[in-house]
Amino acid sequence: MAECHPVGFQWVMEAKARGARVYHVDPRFTRTSALADRHLPIRAGSDIVLLGALINHVLENELDFREYVLAYTNAATIVSEDFRDTEDLDGLFSGWDAETATYDPRSWAYESTGEQPSAEQAEGGRRDADAAGSDTFGAGGPAAPPSPSTDPTLTHPRCVYQIVKRHFARYTPELVERLCGIPRDGFAELAEAVTANSGRERTTAWVYSVGWTQHTVGAQYIRTASILQLLLGNMGRPGGGILALRGHASIQGSTDIPTLFNILPGYLDMPHAGRHRGLDHYLELEGGATGFWGNRRSYLVSLLKAWWGEAATEENDFCFGHLPRMTGDHGHYTTVMGQIDGTVKGYFVVGENPAVGSSGGRAQRLGLANLDWLVVRDLALVETATFWLDGPELETGELRTEDIGTEVFFLPAASHVEKEGTFTNTQRLLQWREKALDPPGDCRSELWFYYHLGKLLRKRMTDDEIDRPVRELTWDYPEHGVHREPSAEAVLREIGGVGPDGRALSSSTQLRPDGSTTCGCWIYCGVYADEVNQAARRRPRGEQSAVALEWGWAWPANRRILYNRASADPEGRPWSERKAYVWWDAERGEWTGDDVPDCEIGKPPGYVPPEGAHAQDALAGTDPFIMQSDGKGWLYVPAGLVDGPLPAHYEPHESPVANPLYAQRANPARRTYHRPESPYNAPDGRFPYVLTTYRLTEHHTAGAMSRPLAYLAELQPELFCEVSPQLAGEVGLDNGGWATIVTSRAVVEARVLVTGRMRPLRVGGEVVHQVGLPYHWGWGGGGLVTGDVANDLTPLVLDPNVYIQEGKAMTCDVRPGRRPRGRAALELLERYRHG
Amino acid sequence: MPGRGWLARWPVIRQLTGEDGRSDAARSSRTDALRPRTEDAGTVARSICPYCAVGCGQLVYVEDGPDGRKVTQIEGDPDSPISRGRLCPKGSASKQLVTHPGRQTQVLYRRPYGTAWERLDLDTAMEMIADRVARTRRETWEETHEGNVVRRTLGIASLGGATLDDEENYLMKKLYTALGAIQVENQARI
Ligand code: SF4
Repeated sequence: MAECHPVGFQWVMEAKARGARVYHVDPRFTRTSALADRHLPIRAGSDIVLLGALINHVLENELDFREYVLAYTNAATIVSEDFRDTEDLDGLFSGWDAETATYDPRSWAYESTGEQPSAEQAEGGRRDADAAGSDTFGAGGPAAPPSPSTDPTLTHPRCVYQIVKRHFARYTPELVERLCGIPRDGFAELAEAVTANSGRERTTAWVYSVGWTQHTVGAQYIRTASILQLLLGNMGRPGGGILALRGHASIQGSTDIPTLFNILPGYLDMPHAGRHRGLDHYLELEGGATGFWGNRRSYLVSLLKAWWGEAATEENDFCFGHLPRMTGDHGHYTTVMGQIDGTVKGYFVVGENPAVGSSGGRAQRLGLANLDWLVVRDLALVETATFWLDGPELETGELRTEDIGTEVFFLPAASHVEKEGTFTNTQRLLQWREKALDPPGDCRSELWFYYHLGKLLRKRMTDDEIDRPVRELTWDYPEHGVHREPSAEAVLREIGGVGPDGRALSSSTQLRPDGSTTCGCWIYCGVYADEVNQAARRRPRGEQSAVALEWGWAWPANRRILYNRASADPEGRPWSERKAYVWWDAERGEWTGDDVPDCEIGKPPGYVPPEGAHAQDALAGTDPFIMQSDGKGWLYVPAGLVDGPLPAHYEPHESPVANPLYAQRANPARRTYHRPESPYNAPDGRFPYVLTTYRLTEHHTAGAMSRPLAYLAELQPELFCEVSPQLAGEVGLDNGGWATIVTSRAVVEARVLVTGRMRPLRVGGEVVHQVGLPYHWGWGGGGLVTGDVANDLTPLVLDPNVYIQEGKAMTCDVRPGRRPRGRAALELLERYRHG
Repeated sequence: MPGRGWLARWPVIRQLTGEDGRSDAARSSRTDALRPRTEDAGTVARSICPYCAVGCGQLVYVEDGPDGRKVTQIEGDPDSPISRGRLCPKGSASKQLVTHPGRQTQVLYRRPYGTAWERLDLDTAMEMIADRVARTRRETWEETHEGNVVRRTLGIASLGGATLDDEENYLMKKLYTALGAIQVENQARI
């Protein structure tokens, strides 16, 4: 965090100054480690063992926050008799189908309360596996019955509490030592710190980044942390939570208003061919009639009205048929394979640099070289725009400029100070940027580019039926200035929603299912409340409370801590004075406190839903997790994940060690691409070391925003690999000299940094060496400094829930000296591939 | 545009009102002659750092010069409850991000099998791109897939960075969806 989110880390140091204890779990020793109370080096790819052992520690010693757990989680819920755990099936959950390599999740369900999920609904699990469907539960949960059977004594052998307890019983400190390489005293200290600082008076927070997500079990890493935090009562409370530190200015916004294949704005599923016949059918199968997802029709219809305006009517399903249909995986890596195979003809790359920044760089570049046309928009000439002129495949002779048929348009972009608009930061906070000046020359914003491209395309549309969605699209924003820049405020207002009276809406509860409201992204509803750009609010920090509700605007409804109803006890009183945050004011009959309460403001804690209630009315006054169909935090996930209802430790796809827990070594549901352009490392002695990639403070991702800057280039001029003195001795590497790192995908050279900060770990009785590699360099990109592409080394293997690649744990070999050039590099690769 | 507050934050005003007693002790005739780069700023825009997702506040100082307006300094915004005026090395270097000489300001074009870049004017490039989108969309249009209506094209794909504004992402998703292009992805996944 000190390295990659430095200014955010000041708050950790503030907390430390006031007595907080800080633990840093990371394969490498960084500035964060230097400032933490203790650094626990861990083998990359083994975190579920560590977190699972903490869960086991809590449950074995009954250290859970029982009142919280009983009231706010599904601990008491009874699970179906058909469920079988990985502990019973040696690493598989019940429902595994080896032929399709997917799970049928029906046996994971809660014990039936009479209502069986339809075959079509159960099919959802498979469909999710096919289309990264779990994403759509990002802010909520899939359908589950609102009132299943429970056992509040938590003793029923099939209640969630007991299932979780049995599941993690083998995750012991010994196993942590054996698999993670963390010694027992380190684990004991961490376990004590976490449990002593949880409960009524105290909270513990977990902070993570892509070190937890870029794994074939990435979503399950976060799930493990969720289980721990729910058991300890650390969710929805100040100083608690699981905080994703996202790496780019508006990466949260890019998920909320997704330029992602599988979702529409506000985490609504893209419709799936064959599965969704029409609007009603879509809504029926999406389920979730209870909780705030019960208003899904209002959210979707308001979106369709925002997009197709007058043309969207009740009679035509509000133009639901205008939405294109998915049939499976249309994600980034599948798209690249489509380029190589010739099905993808045209490609837009805007503010992104996959030739350097995406896993398996060679496959990316081979894809680019096989397009009909490519449009690249960026500040500088990034490698993705110049691969045909100076890419590494020209040096090896795999490609020749004269043979590459791709037509390339490079359009220069406006910088962040040359346009106005909002970024959504890592805590869901939208902050408006004022424009400082006009962009130079041909530089334009993406807003300008897409708006004017849309206008040019509309001129090219015919009366043909296939052109109807473009013809009928609402595409008319005020323009201003010499460049006719469309108004970003008008776009933000459309996103924030407009009511039947033509006025901006103030809350998503105002959205209607009848087409009388429009809203481009329901979770952002209210960002333009009172016709004021709420994201532009800038009341200085000295003039408001620490929660700073008048600085920017956070979704949803300007709430700063999600699910903060859980900061009060079931009766609505703060759990303790120290940790008071929002509470029920009985006199005024409403929720109040330091933040905007994340619940219905007038719903008393004693509210019991009537039989058959719908949406939020079906949640009790004690239910804090209002997006879930049962209002509970899920320790066990009966539906929605494609690789199991509980996290289990699986080794990374490429790992030098066996899985002592299960015969099933790696996540069985992981997504692989068996392609010659990007082969996997053989699981033998050819690749004996663990390789992990990371960032440096002084650079930004693939480097296009940092390598051309003199200050930053000077601070970190060259690609290097971090190795321990022991590994350096074993391989024969000299500090400051050169090393060549090899996987089946690529050979990459880097300067050697021999440092005690990389420590060899004892794993299962053997020494495991880790190699750390920052990934900011490339061969061009307007960089003042250049270097080999670390991402060329990484494998194309994905987490099956969200399709993120395993960039943080793989195997490699290390050799002394510089890499071979030209054909010799390919020959070396061949030898590694074929032994 | 900045309200009353920006004047008070102007470094020269801060110095003139003598907030910091140590400044006197540090003065010399040379330092007296030094002026802050922000002194001649015509405007100050309130912005946000474009690198990581912490979202530190930035103040962007712009000066009107003989060659037009230019950014003279980018500093941390002391009002921000997130960053309290601080910026890390990247945030502090962001003036270079927007002014560095390697920044491209012209449209470039590489024709199929071409061996060098060519110049193209922006309007022509836009028309050419629109032609290609319209043509590829028609040529690769898929009305049905295995008997089901899909109304889409798998011939056009997009990959966006995560420094795109919310409004930009919104127009992209809206336009692509209307065109039937579904292979729309973002750094947010990878
Ligand atoms: S200044 Fe540094 S910490 Fe702050 S947003 Fe920018 S990159 Fe992140």
